[in-house]
Amino acid sequence: MTDRVVAWASRREIRRRRLHRFMRHRLAAASAIILGMLFLASAFAPLVERLMGIDIRDVDLHALQQGPSAAHPLGTDELGRDLLVRLLYGGQISLLVGLVAAIFSAVIGSFIGILAGYFGGRLDSLLMRVTDGVIALPILPLLIIFAAVDLTKLGFQASGVDDGDISLYRIIFITAMFGWTGVARLMRGATLSLKEREFVRAAIAMGASPWRVMRVHILPNAVSPVIVATTLSVGGIILFESILSFLGLGIQPPIPSWGNMLNGAQEQLSNAPLLMIWPGLMIFITVLAFNFLGDGLQDALDPRALND
Amino acid sequence: MSGFLIQRLSQSAIVIVIMSFVIYTLIGLMPGDPIDIMIASDPKLTPEDAARLKALYGLNLPIVERYWNWLSAALDGDLGFSRTHNEPVLTVMGPHLARTLLLMGLSFVLSVLIAIPLGVWAAARPYSFRDYAVNLLSLAGRSAPSFWLALILIFVFSVWLGWLPAGGLETIGKGGFWDRLQYLILPVLSLTLLNVAGFTRFVRAETMFVLRQDFIRTARAKGLSERSVMMGHALRNAMIPVVTIIALDFGTLFSGALITETVFAYPGMGKMIFDSILTNDYNLALVGLLFATFITLVANVGADITYAVLDPRISLS
Repeated sequence: MTDRVVAWASRREIRRRRLHRFMRHRLAAASAIILGMLFLASAFAPLVERLMGIDIRDVDLHALQQGPSAAHPLGTDELGRDLLVRLLYGGQISLLVGLVAAIFSAVIGSFIGILAGYFGGRLDSLLMRVTDGVIALPILPLLIIFAAVDLTKLGFQASGVDDGDISLYRIIFITAMFGWTGVARLMRGATLSLKEREFVRAAIAMGASPWRVMRVHILPNAVSPVIVATTLSVGGIILFESILSFLGLGIQPPIPSWGNMLNGAQEQLSNAPLLMIWPGLMIFITVLAFNFLGDGLQDALDPRALND
Repeated sequence: MSGFLIQRLSQSAIVIVIMSFVIYTLIGLMPGDPIDIMIASDPKLTPEDAARLKALYGLNLPIVERYWNWLSAALDGDLGFSRTHNEPVLTVMGPHLARTLLLMGLSFVLSVLIAIPLGVWAAARPYSFRDYAVNLLSLAGRSAPSFWLALILIFVFSVWLGWLPAGGLETIGKGGFWDRLQYLILPVLSLTLLNVAGFTRFVRAETMFVLRQDFIRTARAKGLSERSVMMGHALRNAMIPVVTIIALDFGTLFSGALITETVFAYPGMGKMIFDSILTNDYNLALVGLLFATFITLVANVGADITYAVLDPRISLS
């Protein structure tokens, strides 16, 4: 009787685990495909633009807020610009900001975490207090003020500041500045445990320099959790970028980003609601895909972990 | 305990002092300065006049000295004057703060009331269909841009159905409780959707953790019904930490409120800070940001302490 109950429960348990893994991986695989398609589509945005024989910078006052048509598959925006091509260009921005800022954050975080974990002592407590401090800050209001800073007052050339690309660099810089804390904590933990392992102690005993131990023995062995955390952070960064651009402080028009396209769409809510649907949907799908991908990677890179 | 408390409080005090300097510096780096704005509205002022005014108000001093002057005045209770509201900063901030607390409080209570049953319901049958459904919805909610959800709500309920106002605080010249309530519904709903998505994950994880504990096995072994195990034992032990931690994650809650207030033109703290930055209202931006930072840090310390007190396994030393 008891045995049968146990067997039944564990079979049910196994079935659930399998379903769980299968779902996860299928979602992760689907996400990878969707993200791949997004990459390709936005990379080929200029080509699509050329093939369709349009220029997204062209304001067409005779074709404001048109519905879908042969010439404009998704219609046009409040200035008569093609929505589809603008969405693809917006994808370039979001993916670029998300990936580059996530990688920057991971590099900064790994560096701080490995130093803190390896050297310990005062350096460790100093770096970890700074990390705690940054984690405790209200990020969005601070991102807003950083985005509003006048770069000419920092000694940048006015001509350089007026360049459209500067809003891109700025947003990557400020999101990375607040985004490194998670990876720093992960890396510190990993370093602390790796430091006690035989192969690391052997390397130290054989006279390897701290720099070499960190680079050759610790970093490569701590890289999988960092990859997972970095993938999971891309979505959050894309959301922050879209919020700032939506508020008018991120990517500056006429460069299209999904966030600033929504800013334009808000004013047209009553007469052209479709303008609002597409950019938001793109952000949603992209962020969701990065989250699924990160989940899947977590399972794939650490088969021992039984995730809840 | 007291050692932990002192350490944590002194850390936060240091962060506050550093942040007040950082924010002061950042405000100084915003475009223009008060004298430039004065000149812009008075073409008769010459560059010499401007230079004299800047010297008079100490704007040509080094940043550290200016910060010191501001700090001494602030500690004397003089936080300056809001340029756009023509009132002392604290007078402006009071009502904005009250409105934000109302918005955040209402949606917090609603979110907890929805997220707790949802999370417990999912955790009771881990990896079942309903667990997936709840997880998927929660992840979807966390992946959707909050301002987009707000725009969709505005479109559906005010543009399309025409049931509710699209934004603002009250109908001009009308006001009153019912009128204000109508304006509150959409912002509260929007913020609640956002919060529920985030909270449910905590509730589910914490409930699953509690369900693995020995006392739950004991309760089941004693023959208690599943319902009484979930309600009496699991729920109670899972909820205290969940609610405390969520309530004290003020930074996240406030960020959500800032976006919601901005989209719905609801005049709370978040919109006030945002507007003051856009309109170069230096004093208001400075005090607003500092206040938000201060509350967030205090809440953080509170969360650490409560968590430690609630969970005897966490050592306080």
